[in-house]
Order: sequence, then structure tokens, then C-alpha cells
Amino acid sequence: MIDAVPARLYRTVRLIRRFEERAIALVRSGHIVGGIHPYLGQEGIAAGVCAALGEGDLVTGTHRGHGHVLAKGADPARMMAELCGRETGLNRGRGGSMHAADLSIGVLGANAIVGASPAILTGAVWAHRRRGNPVLGASFFGDGAVNEGMLLEAFNLAALWRVPVLLVCENNGYATTMPVAGAVAGTITGRAEAFGIPAVVVDGQDPEAVRQVTAAAVARMRDGGGPELVEARTYRFDAHHTFEHAVRLDYRTPQEVADGRSRDPVDIQGARLSPADREAIDAEVEATLDAAVAFALAGPEPDPAGALDHLYASGLTARGGS
Amino acid sequence: MPRLSYRKALTRALADEMTRDEAVFLLGEDIRVGASNVTPGLLKRFGPDRVRDTPLSEQAFTSFATGAALAGLRPVVEFQIPSLLFLVFEQIVNHAHKFPMMTGGQCAVPVTYLVPGSGSRTGWAGQHSDHPYSLFAHVGIVTVVPATPADAYGLLVSAIRHDDPVVVFAPAAALDVRDDVDFATLAPVPLGRGVVRRAGDDVTVVAVGHLVHDALAVAEELADQVSVEVFDPRTLYPFDLDALVDSVSRTGRLVVIDDSNRSCGIAAEIITSVLERVPLTAPPRRVTRPDGAVLPFAPVLDRAVQPGREQLAAAIQLTMKDRR
Repeated sequence: MIDAVPARLYRTVRLIRRFEERAIALVRSGHIVGGIHPYLGQEGIAAGVCAALGEGDLVTGTHRGHGHVLAKGADPARMMAELCGRETGLNRGRGGSMHAADLSIGVLGANAIVGASPAILTGAVWAHRRRGNPVLGASFFGDGAVNEGMLLEAFNLAALWRVPVLLVCENNGYATTMPVAGAVAGTITGRAEAFGIPAVVVDGQDPEAVRQVTAAAVARMRDGGGPELVEARTYRFDAHHTFEHAVRLDYRTPQEVADGRSRDPVDIQGARLSPADREAIDAEVEATLDAAVAFALAGPEPDPAGALDHLYASGLTARGGS
Repeated sequence: MPRLSYRKALTRALADEMTRDEAVFLLGEDIRVGASNVTPGLLKRFGPDRVRDTPLSEQAFTSFATGAALAGLRPVVEFQIPSLLFLVFEQIVNHAHKFPMMTGGQCAVPVTYLVPGSGSRTGWAGQHSDHPYSLFAHVGIVTVVPATPADAYGLLVSAIRHDDPVVVFAPAAALDVRDDVDFATLAPVPLGRGVVRRAGDDVTVVAVGHLVHDALAVAEELADQVSVEVFDPRTLYPFDLDALVDSVSRTGRLVVIDDSNRSCGIAAEIITSVLERVPLTAPPRRVTRPDGAVLPFAPVLDRAVQPGREQLAAAIQLTMKDRR
């Protein structure tokens, strides 16, 4: 009998892994324009965190956000259609890779401004609770974000007003090409602790370890606790952005990359399953993604006449440019 | 008839909307005591959950408001100092304004940003005296600059009820304006509708915010020489171009007085938009702050860079002499 939690976690990391590999292929074939920031290697964090959240809980992601959106439960087909700029995408082709959102499942969006989303999530969680809906939030950000002033302002506000948001720092060692040692004075957990926010470091390559620390934090937050921070140590297996596939940037040694890739969250979680279960899930994921890619490529491109659609929720119409 | 001050009109609009709609709440610095003198008494009436005094973290509380709006509330964020808008331009433009489009219509962000005391307060110098409404019009955020107490009430009410972000500039130079107002007639003023404040035949003067009062004074001063029509747009974005075109079509002349810096200020946009639709009998003129103005401290210098009545009178007279 399959143990439900390990299998679900494995399915999520495998889904994100193969989704990203297929998305990279679609970048190369020209179907995804503008490239993506691959989440390869970091899958265990989104999978582990989201496995410990409830359906009504909220998340915000980053420019490297496919994993966050998928782990919270977005439809891979509509997600892939979004990356391909199709009307059938989650955001009707208006957001793309860096802004994919599905508010119906609590994904307030990937957000491409580094460090910006924790304050937004804090306001959203606070507002839901004021309206009698006791949700929690989890906000993903990278190690680059910890030097953004607005992130630290958000830490203060969340702690001061005891808003239950889990601050998930995905420390993959680099802000684009800048190593943590060259950018971060003090420590990431120390920043949280300065605001009285409990902080813990976890192995981000182990989905189950991430799930467990998140579940413990979630239990405290549901019990009335304030924000907590999890620093998930991880490694980005691929480029900062797919443009690096064409333009080699010299900032990581081949040895470092090989070492980083040796601890693979998909394999770590996969080893907890029987080979038969793993194969069955892999096949199921491939079928899901075959269908997702087919759905994405079959979707219509948006009508250029609708380029200003949704600019205003109020229905205000803007003048055109000519 | 009772007298209503512009400032009290803002307070009344906030209280009325908070009473009418539980989703409305206030966020800002020192609002529990009403340091801007717009929120006094509201904490006692509505409690700390709806009158939330914030730490000095403008970027965080501006985005907090975005999140609260995504979750169905209607935040009103007060900024004590107009120049703080530069600090939160990122949060307003990149997030609050862009979310509806970027999500393909999945959400609305109904936040009101209230700036009581925009523009010069004489003696507050370079970092407290900006009037950046043209920036917000440029990025396409609904931008209102009420001139009168009744409009301050009505436009703030409409801003709070609007489903997109709205910036409400309440010019420092208008905050003490008092009018005789029958309180029973206070009502929402539709966004995007201008109004002719004084009818005239020879030239249309567009005046923004507190400058409406200066334009009316100049029109009166020049009444025996020239018949001036004063148009108050009230909302700068979206602009009531139809109403202005209607006025200019009759007068054939256009002068704009606007407290923006000159380059890319709203006066440039107003003049261009009119010229695209109506031929004028004389070149248009604008009276604005200089290019790149930073308001100097000394009162004489502060006044020297603000658009004023003398410059407006001179511009009107020149326009009347000019012929195409």
C-alpha cells in the first residue's frame, strides 16, 4: 500500500521537475517567448511547504515561481498555456511565467519584483482573518530578497500585528549571479530573529523535511501564533534564466554544480517509494504533462483587440495609443 | 447655511463610507490621533481594527493595503507627506495597478491613497512640497484633485467605492477652503467628470486643484477686459476631454494652470489632447512649476516656482493678443 504523504510529495516534485524540463524544451522550440527562470533543484521546497498548507491558505511566489503555483494545485495544462501566451492560460496569456496566478486556489501570483510579495500576502491574510476566514499564508522569496528594505518592513509588520504568514526563504546560494557571501551581512535567520520571528534552517533538498518543519509552524500559527521563517537551503540546478543557456555566465564552477546536483529532491523523495510506485507515478505525471503541452499548444493566442482587457477592474477604458 | 471646510469634508467622507461599508478601513501614520487633522475622532468611533496606525514603513503598509484589497477589503491609505508617494510608487504601480491586467482579470485592487496636504505648504521645503499627480495620470491610475469642500467629499466617496486604485490629492492650499454647504446635498461626485466653475466666452482656463480658486479670482479681476471660462477637471485621469473640448470649441483659446513641473506635466497632456480635436484661434499657453522644480525653503523662493495669479493673468492677456 502506498503511504499517501510520501507518494503525494513525490508526485509534486516529479511533476514540477518534468514540467520545467518540458517548459525549457518549449523555450528552445520558440513556443515560450522570453524564457523562464527554471525551478529545477528547488522542487522540494514548494512541494514540502504546500503539502502542509490547507486548501484555503494563500501563497505568493517569485519570478522562479512555477513550482509554487503547481504545488498549490494549479492545473498544469492552464499553467503551461499561460507560459505559451495562450488565451486558455491561467491569466489569459496576460501574465506569463513571472506572473502566473490562480486566485481561486489561493495563489496570489508569482511576483517578479524581488521581496515585494510578503507585505502583500500579510495584508491579504490579515484581511481574510478580519472577515472571519482564518487562513494562513506562505510567501516564497529567494536569498536575494533578504537585502530588500521592503521585505524587512514586511517582517516587522507581520510580527507587530501577529499575522500568521510563513516566510519561506529559498536560499539557493545566488541572487542571479551574486553569491550569498558577497551580498548578505549577518544571517538570514538572524534577520527574522531581530523582529522576534522564530526562524529555522531546513534542508531544502528533502521534501519531507520541508513538509515537517512547515507542518510544525502551521500548527503553531493555527493555534494563534505569529509569523515564522524557514530558510530552506537549496541549489539551483540550472541557469538563473534560460538566456544563460545561450550566454554562458562564469559564476559557478562545474564542480560546484555537480556537487549541488548530487542531492536531487526528486531522487531523495523517490527513494522513499517502491520502484513500482515510483514508476506508476512517473507514468501518470508524463501523461498529465503530455496532455498539458497538447492543451497549451492547441490554445488560441489572445485577440490583439483585447490587449487592454482587464487593465481596469472597474471597467474604465483607456485611450489607445494612436 | 452651515460652513463646511475642505478638511472636514474629507473626514465626513471617511466616516460616512466606514459607516456604510464594513470593508472600508484606514491605514496610515499617526491617524489614530489625526496628525493630518483628517482622521480625528475616527479611532474612537470605529476602533483600532479599522483605524490602523502604522509604523514608518510606507512600502510595507502600501502593499499590505494591496493584499487587503485582494482579500475583499477597501483600504484607504493616508500619506502625511506628498513626497512619500515617490517612496511607494513601486508598490502602487508595479502591484496595485498591474494586478488586474497581469492576472487576466482575476482580481480587483480597490485602494484609495489619500494625500491631505499635497503641494507646497510654504516653509516645508524640498522633501515635503511635491505635487506628483501627473506621474499617476501618466501610469494610468485614477487621479483626482478636488478644489472645493463638496468635491472633496464627493470625490473621496467615489474613490473609496471605485474598484481600481485611486489617488486623491488634497492640496495643502485648498485644505482651509470653506463653503456654505447644505449637508443634505453632499453626494458622490462621479470620477472623470469636469465642471465649468465660471462661464465665459473668450478663453478657457483649465485650473487644477487649489488653482481653481486662483483662476476664479483672476477671471473676476480681468472681467472688464476678457470673459474667462474656468474649467475644473476634478479628475485628471481619466480626463473629461469631451467637456473641455465643448468649452474650447466655444472660446477658441486655451490656458492651463497646473502645479506640476513643466516637462511631461498634466498641462502638456491637456493641451495636446485638445489640439488633437479642436483648432484654436491663438496658441495655447500653460502656467506651471519650472522644469525639474525642487521647492526651495525661503518663502519668496517657494512662491517664485509655484504657478500663481500674476502669471495666469499675463498668460490670459497674451493669449488674447495672439492670433494664428
